[in-house]
Amino acid sequence: MNLTDREAWTVIHGMVLGAAFLLAFGGGMAGLWSLKPGLVTATGIVERTRRLVIGTWAMAIVAWATVITGTWIVYPWYREKLAGDDLTGCAGATLPSATCSARDFLTSNASGDTASWHTFGMEWKEHIAWIAPMLATAVAFGVSYYGRDLIKHQGVRRALMWTFIAAFATAGVAGVFGAFINKVAPIR
Amino acid sequence: MSDETMTDMGTESTAERAVERARPFGPVAAALLAAGIGSLVLGILTTIAEASASFADALALNDRVGPLSGKTIYAVAAWVVAWIILGIALRRKDPSPGGMFTLTAILVLLGFLGTLPTFFEKFAPE
Repeated sequence: MNLTDREAWTVIHGMVLGAAFLLAFGGGMAGLWSLKPGLVTATGIVERTRRLVIGTWAMAIVAWATVITGTWIVYPWYREKLAGDDLTGCAGATLPSATCSARDFLTSNASGDTASWHTFGMEWKEHIAWIAPMLATAVAFGVSYYGRDLIKHQGVRRALMWTFIAAFATAGVAGVFGAFINKVAPIR
Repeated sequence: MSDETMTDMGTESTAERAVERARPFGPVAAALLAAGIGSLVLGILTTIAEASASFADALALNDRVGPLSGKTIYAVAAWVVAWIILGIALRRKDPSPGGMFTLTAILVLLGFLGTLPTFFEKFAPE
């Protein structure tokens, strides 16, 4: 079993951080959803708030780590210009190679109709992903700011919950396209 | 007797009521709006970069990352600056959570639209 540095970073970016993001979202969402008077005891509020603060900050930190590793470590490998302006380096290729980067491979259509994976999928993914950490940080701040008083501010709780969902949705778009693109044109 | 103990006994202390009153929504509104502004700036930069090759080149603060480096760095900078300014401006204000959330949602949706290839490609030169 062996992974190249590039494959390892792709796994860290997409799977390790992605899985942590999903876990943090699940925990945070459950906490925000059920933080209602009548559902939680006074003692439970203290314990629940502590978990909520940790969960939302974890999601924010993981979201930042995901976009930073994606943009500054993995993306430069994806977008290398290896195949030349006419993409001849990709002629006959069935996968990206030393003469045909993932972007070159997709835009060359050397192995079927793949260009839209770049022109739509990657172009959207690389941008929209950055919305997630800003939204997640706002939620984490809001949860920390109100602390155990958040349960007394149900309007704020609902606003933070929908913002939390929006953060997850934007990251979800990026994650789904990332998974598909790495399947069609893996970075090696 | 601590506040926590009083809460456990099911009573709301004067101190707790004071804390509640002293927790205006302004600082959280600032955080939400700043995230919306950061998203909007990202969408605007993405769309303008598609329309102008020279603008896209100017955003390439790092050769390996290309224009995405400038788009994301400037969007994050806008988010931080907006948060600081709004945080100061709204720190003692108590705006409606619903109104602030709606405004944030509009900003985020506009940013979302600006990052959508189907939208920004309409601005690409022929």
